[in-house]
Amino acid sequence: MPDILVQYQSEIMESIGETFIMVGISVLAAILIGLPIGTYLYLCSKGNLLQNQLVYSILNVLVNTIRSFPFLLLVVFMIPFTRIIVGTAIGTIAATVPLAVIAIAHYARLVEQSLLDVPRGVLEAAVSMGASVQHIIFKFLYVEARSGLLLGLTTSTVSFISYSTIMGVVGGGGIGDFAIRYGYQQFKTDLMFYVIIIMIILVQLIQFAGTTISRKIDKR
Amino acid sequence: MITLSHVSKSFAQYRAIRSVSLTVNKGEIHGIIGPSGAGKSTLLRLMNVLEKPDQGEVVVNGQQLTQLSQAELRKARQSIGMIFQHFNLLSNKTVYANVAIPLELAGYSKSEKEARVMECLAFVGLDHAAKQYPAQLSGGQKQRVAIARALANQPQVLLCDEPTSSLDSSTTAEVLHVLQKINQTLGVTIVIVSHELDIIRSLCHRVSVISEGALYETVVNEPTGIQQLEKTPQSFVQKLKDRGGDHLA
Repeated sequence: MPDILVQYQSEIMESIGETFIMVGISVLAAILIGLPIGTYLYLCSKGNLLQNQLVYSILNVLVNTIRSFPFLLLVVFMIPFTRIIVGTAIGTIAATVPLAVIAIAHYARLVEQSLLDVPRGVLEAAVSMGASVQHIIFKFLYVEARSGLLLGLTTSTVSFISYSTIMGVVGGGGIGDFAIRYGYQQFKTDLMFYVIIIMIILVQLIQFAGTTISRKIDKR
Repeated sequence: MITLSHVSKSFAQYRAIRSVSLTVNKGEIHGIIGPSGAGKSTLLRLMNVLEKPDQGEVVVNGQQLTQLSQAELRKARQSIGMIFQHFNLLSNKTVYANVAIPLELAGYSKSEKEARVMECLAFVGLDHAAKQYPAQLSGGQKQRVAIARALANQPQVLLCDEPTSSLDSSTTAEVLHVLQKINQTLGVTIVIVSHELDIIRSLCHRVSVISEGALYETVVNEPTGIQQLEKTPQSFVQKLKDRGGDHLA
């Protein structure tokens, strides 16, 4: 292992840990809140089961607005909100709040798109069997769209890692922030280079796992 | 068993069904035939209120479906089976799990469910395929799985929307045999929509002819029996030489 990595080993491990906390909580938020919002977007859209122009428009505008913010601005813009939720605007946990918000909006859109791929006929069969909306969601939609949902989550996770690199501005830390502070600002170009390689490996692993599992559960 | 009275349905400006009154008797196989766009499928979908009629009443098995609440309608639909041209199976579930769905919706216990699923699969001759996924099956087998799924809840009525239109002629016969068996041994009332006269003729006791969204006439038909298409080279040659025979019409 290069000397410089050995020298900064504990800082690097700590930074990776911070990245995992920020990204992990965001993934959780994406699943727990983004998935239902995406499902509602789909169900409320025109010609669908719960067709509701008002709900659709509200969710649609909300998701678009959050996603169109330059992320750095969203982080700064949300500082008062973050203070209300976690009591402080500084640190890893505080940094998680804007990241989770963008995660929810990002994944909700991908969920909507995956669900659009479920053949209409399957829904029709579900209705003809007397399935309730809840049954249709869990026993039909999510079953048929599961590989797309997982691929979307993989794509989102990779984006969250990229987003998390700027969390240094609110003291969030993380591996990207480490590369900027030590590698770039202290002119340790080789250190920055190694950290970038670590991030590439991390992203590759996540993508590989996501693609492999989604292929495995796709029986179409 | 099924009574439509003065049922109408429009899509935007287009009047798909124009005041149709129609009765399907208990235990019969009722055919609905007409050219493409005549409204056959819409008419069928009115029978389980997949399409809600703008006017008129739909009564199935003594229940007026158009008057039911959402929950009651879901319950009623559990005893009206339906199969489709494109099967509409869940491709991420095994054959077994596909047939199990309606039983899960109806709240069967695990052991009851298992027995009933295998019984239905045996009925359509696919008990050996329980662990396979739909993508591994032929079109005829997929449709038989769909039939097993529709039968699982012991429906009184089976609605068939172009059940053989995406199948070739030999698998068509296999599906038609199953439908006939359902009618004869289980006494299920069957409604078949098709644009193929041969299919309607081979099975149906009565046939309604639909034209431009209206009922043209209902005629009594003596089922001619299912033609088993031979696929030997001799039979092909024989058929090719035998031009002008009325079975080609």
